[in-house]
Amino acid sequence: MKHKSFFWFVLPSALAMLLFIFFPIVSVIIQSFHVEHEQVIRNVETCDLFGCKQSTTIDQEATAALRKAKPLGQFAGFETYLDRNHLAVSDVKSTWTATNSWREFGSQMLNLPFYKAIGFTLTFTFVVTPLVIILGFAIAVAVNSATKALRGPLIFFSLLPMMITPLVGALILFWMVDARGIIGAALQYLAGNPELSVKASTPLMWIMLMVYGVWHAAPFAFIVYYAGLQTVSQDTLEAARVDGANRWLQIRHVVIPHLLPLTTFIALMQLMDNFRVFEPIVSFSANAHATSLSWAIFNDLGGETRQLSSAAATSVLTIIGVAILLSPVLVRTWRDFDRK
Amino acid sequence: MFLKHVALASGLALTAGTALADCQISGRVSIVGNEFPAIHTVANGAAACTGGDVKSNLTADHQKINVAGMQGNPAEYTSAIIANSSVVALMNEDVVRPLDDLVAQYGQDIPKKQLITIGGKVMAVAFMANAQTLAYRKDVLAEVGVDVPTTYEDVLAAAEKIRAAGISQYPVGGAYKAGWNLAEEFVNMYIGHGGEFFKPGSAEVAINNAQGVAALNMMKALTTYMNPDFLTHDSNATGAEMEAGNVILMNMWGSRMGNLMDAEGAEEKVYSNITVGGPLTVGGGSTPASTLWWDGWTVAKNISDEDAAATFQAMKYGTSPAILNDETMGQAVWMIDGYTPAPVNDGVFAAIAAGTTSYPMLPYMGLLHTAVGDNLSDFLLGKESAEQALADAEAAYSAAAKEKGFLQ
Repeated sequence: MKHKSFFWFVLPSALAMLLFIFFPIVSVIIQSFHVEHEQVIRNVETCDLFGCKQSTTIDQEATAALRKAKPLGQFAGFETYLDRNHLAVSDVKSTWTATNSWREFGSQMLNLPFYKAIGFTLTFTFVVTPLVIILGFAIAVAVNSATKALRGPLIFFSLLPMMITPLVGALILFWMVDARGIIGAALQYLAGNPELSVKASTPLMWIMLMVYGVWHAAPFAFIVYYAGLQTVSQDTLEAARVDGANRWLQIRHVVIPHLLPLTTFIALMQLMDNFRVFEPIVSFSANAHATSLSWAIFNDLGGETRQLSSAAATSVLTIIGVAILLSPVLVRTWRDFDRK
Repeated sequence: MFLKHVALASGLALTAGTALADCQISGRVSIVGNEFPAIHTVANGAAACTGGDVKSNLTADHQKINVAGMQGNPAEYTSAIIANSSVVALMNEDVVRPLDDLVAQYGQDIPKKQLITIGGKVMAVAFMANAQTLAYRKDVLAEVGVDVPTTYEDVLAAAEKIRAAGISQYPVGGAYKAGWNLAEEFVNMYIGHGGEFFKPGSAEVAINNAQGVAALNMMKALTTYMNPDFLTHDSNATGAEMEAGNVILMNMWGSRMGNLMDAEGAEEKVYSNITVGGPLTVGGGSTPASTLWWDGWTVAKNISDEDAAATFQAMKYGTSPAILNDETMGQAVWMIDGYTPAPVNDGVFAAIAAGTTSYPMLPYMGLLHTAVGDNLSDFLLGKESAEQALADAEAAYSAAAKEKGFLQ
């Protein structure tokens, strides 16, 4: 393609990416390096319906000039990144010197909000992603070998979890695992423990969130694999059958190698999606047991006092996390591309 | 929809025996506020004003949009309906104007107690009150033979008897959902123990002390009588537990008592026996372990004087005795002349009479509330000590307060 026509082809999408992706990220990065001006606090008497008492308020006149001169606030550099609510560098150092075993160090680290969030986020990502790939592949193979008449309805039902809005899907599961819900009651019966409650136990809550993650994302892997299965060469499969390969050997040596590029694609998408796990934590009211980086951002912005810089710093750390997570897959894809 | 609101509001105004001409404005009025019946009544009342353009955006997410919607010049919202905790967020961002001149010109007849003054300036006008007090099942208490609890220690004793009698395994309820609700329960319990949240006159937090530990221990003692899922129960969920007949005693918002005592969602035996009590004390203290709340309206700073005057007049009319009728009377504990309380409102009046403190209107209280809500569950789950949980909350608050410029 000529350079000129290439330029005109990509211009609209490049502009859109610049406007809606690049500039917002730049603004978030700038925000994360700033904190608010020093607040001038004044002692005042506050009177409401129920009487008067001593209280404090911000002296707006005192900071008005400062705010006007520097609307972004004070430059803080990496201060927000390093404070206790994020990387907590000084707390990590003191914990490192104060603890004697890895186990103790680990449990102390999980008491820090950022490491608590990243602990769950990484566990979720690395448990859910492979399970989604395996389950999606299994469903695709099963649907593909069903009779033609059945395939339509089967595909529809397999895709349902993905069609349901994540918040709603998670809420449905939330009520099903309630101690008086169908799954919760069944678990109590199976475990022989009438006191068992999924929502009250941290390990069970983690498992439930991951089950939800797999349930919600498996249809995505399924539909991609199902499309891929339609392109498997029938000649190669027939040759394998002539050589005496059974069903498993055909899948192992013909189908799986053929679908490998799709697996890379699904893994990439799922790593990104799962790293920003958010909806199930909100729907399950799971924040007492599990938090994620996205939930931390939401929590910073949802309080009565918005913590913009803190949310910005967590956002940048999330972007860095995604980049680190994807780098092995991207490097691999690049090498494959280079080889060709 | 808008026309319907106007029609409804005009209808209300007429039945209240007031002519529409009572509220003539010239200017733009745009209201943002929370979404519940009492707020609808106020917005509809304001919309009854003629001569100007009155619109409203009432949503449960109002706190996420009100600051941004008032920061522009001119501001999109000319009035925000807020509570005592959230007026601070607007004042911190300097988006609401002092109302003294408007009160002098248009609001001489607003009762003085309704004016919220901070440092001598009127910043908001309150129109309703709220507080958390005891709700209990009088039939069950009579059955096990205990008096109506007045302290949290009484609640524990009663709960033990109810459990021993086999009436309910988890007889105590509470909005202990991790986050805002849990922090609110801590605020109540800490105030009940006589605690102060900050070193006087400064933003330095001081909750890791004997009162803080005592408050947490009482909360943990209560949770042993609560449904094990308590960290996921907000006031809706724990209210449903009471309506289902599982919860016998709980600390509940005055604004939600009506839902518990009406015929919907519960058996006759349950709803007819739910009774509202006063606020509870704790640890031998005399200050109730509860906080008083008000809802009120403000006027935006970044709007023309004409729009500010129109907004003031419309909101004043929307919270005037003219909005009270048979239907609206029971929607809230109105702080408006001409309001006659119903039994569901006994708790809030008892809380006011008992000298309950109002929720602190401090610029940095919201940050502490968030930090506390995020850090107490580990203690209630038995994963760490009370001191550690309080130290975590203090550290999380201090980091946030540095970022917001309250601490250096």
